[in-house]
Amino acid sequence: MSDHHDAAHDDVLPDAPHSTFKGYMTGFVLAVVLTVIPFWVVMADVFESTGITALVILSLAAVQIVVHMIYFLHMNFRSQGGWNMLALMFTAVIVFITLAGSLWVMYHLNVNMMPGMMQDPWG
Amino acid sequence: MFEQLDLTQLIFGRLSWDAIPLHDPVIVATFVVVALGGAALLGAMTYYRVWGYLWKEWFTSIDHKKIGIMYMVLGLVMLLRGFADAIMMRIQQAWAFGDATGYLPPDHYDQIFTAHGVIMIFFVAMPLITGIMNYIIPLQIGARDVAFPFLNNFSFWMTASGAALVMASLFIGEFAKTGWLAYPPLSGILESPGVGVDYYLWALQIAGVGTLLSGINLLVTIVKMRAPGMNLMKMPVFTWTSLCTNVLIVAAFPVLTAVLGMLLLDRYLGTAFFTNDLGGNVMMYINLIWIWGHPEVYILILPAFGIFSEVVSTYSGKRLFGYASMVYATVVITVLSYMVWLHHFFTMGSGASVNSFFGITTMIISIPTGAKIFNWLFTMYRGRIRFEVPMLWTIGFIITFVIGGMTGVLLAVPPADFVLHNSLFLVAHFHNVIIGGVLFGLFAGITYWYPKAFGYKLDPFWGKMSFWFWTIGFYFAFMPLYVLGLMGVTRRMSQFEEDAAMQFWFQVAAFGAFLIALGILFFIVQLVVSYRRRDQLRDTTGDPWDGRTLEWATSSPPPQYNFAFTPRVHDLDAWWQMKQHQYRRPEQGFKAIHMPRNTAAGVVLAGISTVLGFALIWHMWLLAGLSFIALLAAAIGHTFNYDRDYHIPAEEVERVEAERTRMLASHV
Amino acid sequence: MSETTYTPESGDMEALEFHVTEDHHPETGTLLGFWLYLMSDCLIFACLFATYGVLGRSYAGGPTGAELFDLPLVAINTSFLLLSSITYGFAMLETQRKRVGATIGWLAVTGLLGAAFLGLELYEFAHLLNEGAGPQRSAFLTSFFALVGTHGLHVLFGIVWLVVLVVQLRKHGLIVENQRRLFCLSMFWHFLDVVWIGVFTFVYLMGVLP
Repeated sequence: MSDHHDAAHDDVLPDAPHSTFKGYMTGFVLAVVLTVIPFWVVMADVFESTGITALVILSLAAVQIVVHMIYFLHMNFRSQGGWNMLALMFTAVIVFITLAGSLWVMYHLNVNMMPGMMQDPWG
Repeated sequence: MFEQLDLTQLIFGRLSWDAIPLHDPVIVATFVVVALGGAALLGAMTYYRVWGYLWKEWFTSIDHKKIGIMYMVLGLVMLLRGFADAIMMRIQQAWAFGDATGYLPPDHYDQIFTAHGVIMIFFVAMPLITGIMNYIIPLQIGARDVAFPFLNNFSFWMTASGAALVMASLFIGEFAKTGWLAYPPLSGILESPGVGVDYYLWALQIAGVGTLLSGINLLVTIVKMRAPGMNLMKMPVFTWTSLCTNVLIVAAFPVLTAVLGMLLLDRYLGTAFFTNDLGGNVMMYINLIWIWGHPEVYILILPAFGIFSEVVSTYSGKRLFGYASMVYATVVITVLSYMVWLHHFFTMGSGASVNSFFGITTMIISIPTGAKIFNWLFTMYRGRIRFEVPMLWTIGFIITFVIGGMTGVLLAVPPADFVLHNSLFLVAHFHNVIIGGVLFGLFAGITYWYPKAFGYKLDPFWGKMSFWFWTIGFYFAFMPLYVLGLMGVTRRMSQFEEDAAMQFWFQVAAFGAFLIALGILFFIVQLVVSYRRRDQLRDTTGDPWDGRTLEWATSSPPPQYNFAFTPRVHDLDAWWQMKQHQYRRPEQGFKAIHMPRNTAAGVVLAGISTVLGFALIWHMWLLAGLSFIALLAAAIGHTFNYDRDYHIPAEEVERVEAERTRMLASHV
Repeated sequence: MSETTYTPESGDMEALEFHVTEDHHPETGTLLGFWLYLMSDCLIFACLFATYGVLGRSYAGGPTGAELFDLPLVAINTSFLLLSSITYGFAMLETQRKRVGATIGWLAVTGLLGAAFLGLELYEFAHLLNEGAGPQRSAFLTSFFALVGTHGLHVLFGIVWLVVLVVQLRKHGLIVENQRRLFCLSMFWHFLDVVWIGVFTFVYLMGVLP
């Protein structure tokens, strides 16, 4: 008799991440806090220095991204045998290279080749 | 009156009878040949009633082996078109000195070198490497197909769709005249208002979808579908290099999609990404496209390195020397390939600090490649070498690629590059590494795995003829270009002032191109002769070369399901170990095998995409809108199909395996 | 490693098995494959962010972010998207409890919140276009519309997918294939929220800073 291992007949998705209400609520509350603070910092002109403001809101954004990854996307070192995390880390590196590399290269090109159009660097 | 005018515009956009280039005799002649040849081919196919067979067994197939072969056919056909462009350029450049203007006006010449580059990279090299990876990876890891068989079929047809659009540009409208990377502002709407750049952009965006999905597919296949016991450090080297190649594909092609998308927005909506005014910045295009472009060339070469590793160890009768260092070198190359891109535009003014950084990283990336060359040489050392045709290609590669690599390191020095950038020296360098590396690797791989795919070897005599004419032809065609580059000749020029010394080198190069043409001809002859002599060249055992990896454990060609029983792996060179232990394949106890169904969805979706692309190119907004809706509907409709697989009955498996047992016995 | 032929002795201790006799079903790759696709999508957004980073202050004499951006509106939109993430989470909890009806209910709420997000964004865009601050006005506006617009298109695509999935849930229930699709859409939806964090920080909040 042919096997009945058809995935369509099995009940539960084998490698699906497990969610909990607590997990989602924790993530949600953290995300709200991490959203309210940057909006407040900018809208209420909390810091005099633009540089400090930028640093604060970018850092909080980075933290919130991690919160989303852990609590909503169930990111951990075990999912898909660690390949999810590896892919994420590799992507993060490439994203960083693309962003930082482009800004660095374009800043130098602009300064050297288009002095009239030089803009403030982004950071 | 006005209503009617609007309707014509809405339906036909800017397409009119003027789009057919009747004024150009070269194109008209080409069209006549293609039309006659095409009609003959289609006529024969209809007469012999193969359409039904082709549709059922090939076009709608989700079998990675069939899809792999279709990719190879696409790549080889486009090689002929791309090479035709090359020969035309060589003739023009050998001829057009002083008062002689040659036979190609600059307008036409510019389209030819653009098409040559686009076709060779995107529609020859990429399909050929994708085809080989598609065919071989599942077999090497002991799997029955790739992770997403339907996506595989879809990816192929999207690539074919892109190729179709490029071919259409020859007879309807024109192609881009910007070079294969279409730098703005020349490729912007002001400088190139015609359809050429739009053909380029839509062909690549469509094909790019196929490539990206294929990258994800093969990546998941290698990660998830390896036979039990095959951990990462027991994978064949070709599978390792393919893993890294597909990582590069997934990580690089989105950048191409984004930057070409931005150029499309500039052209269609008048945005200011790469304009000269309103704050646009042309260099951002060049920056982004090379962030894609450099990983792209590693995408091309890494599979070739993998092929050479397999070929060298098989024909030296030895395990590959330094397996672990090969793996590390490949991974290092993968990561470093993202840190060198600026070397493609050293001369654009980024200054000493930036140029030094990228010059150094470029030189560093040559080191792991050098390590690989040594590993191949050490594998051959004290091996019992058999000079089969794939081995000849490999030796040709080692010599040729090293020369090309050295000129690359030379160009990595910014001051040197300031002299040589965009000269024929650069052209010689990249042809040196692409032909010597990628193409030689593909020919080695084709010859090596041909018996597996078709059940008979390729005729060695014509293989050697092809090899020698390609190799000698390459040196005659491209060494002069190094000389010309050092003499100061810029690339992409179609006419020169009177200069006998310079013209001499161009004539030598044209002679080389002629030899390569013979090399291609002999390859085609080889295919025909091998088919006719297939009974003498038959591979009855499935292992014609005394191979080391799992693909040689199957029959030639393998059954639809590849392995009746999934192999269990214990060591590197799994098949070699099985042979050492005198493993006998089971001849009974077969079970039904779960397989995915064929589907027309891929052909349909890609077909609609082609229509959509064509409509967008010609501003036929009505057709574009309708085909977009059709695309969406077809895609959503496809997701409602849950009935995607079936079982091959155990009796059928038994029958096929019994046939193999019979064939193995007859070989004795 | 010796290359001489191995001669098995009788009573060999290590009788190696070279094939699998039971049914072998490789693990499904859909979740990993979709995650990899999301990583590639991440890179497309990275390019758009990089372009915004380079061109984002090129006003060409036109309006600046400080003049155009309506932060309270952006805050409302952000809350719509964040809420929609949590409601999708609730839908996944119902899926775990095998309750199709409740799953569909929470999906519907998610879709509505997504539509509200898009509606507000379209309102913002229309307003900008009215002010003459369209994507053709300057490189800053070009890169703004491209980045925010691409995100919006992704949200639209997600909503279409959500509707189709609801229809398929009603047709086939919570079969494994549909569960797979729900997980994929879940990843997609949360990923869009992650990208939005980048957008509201890097584009809007930093855009109003001098």
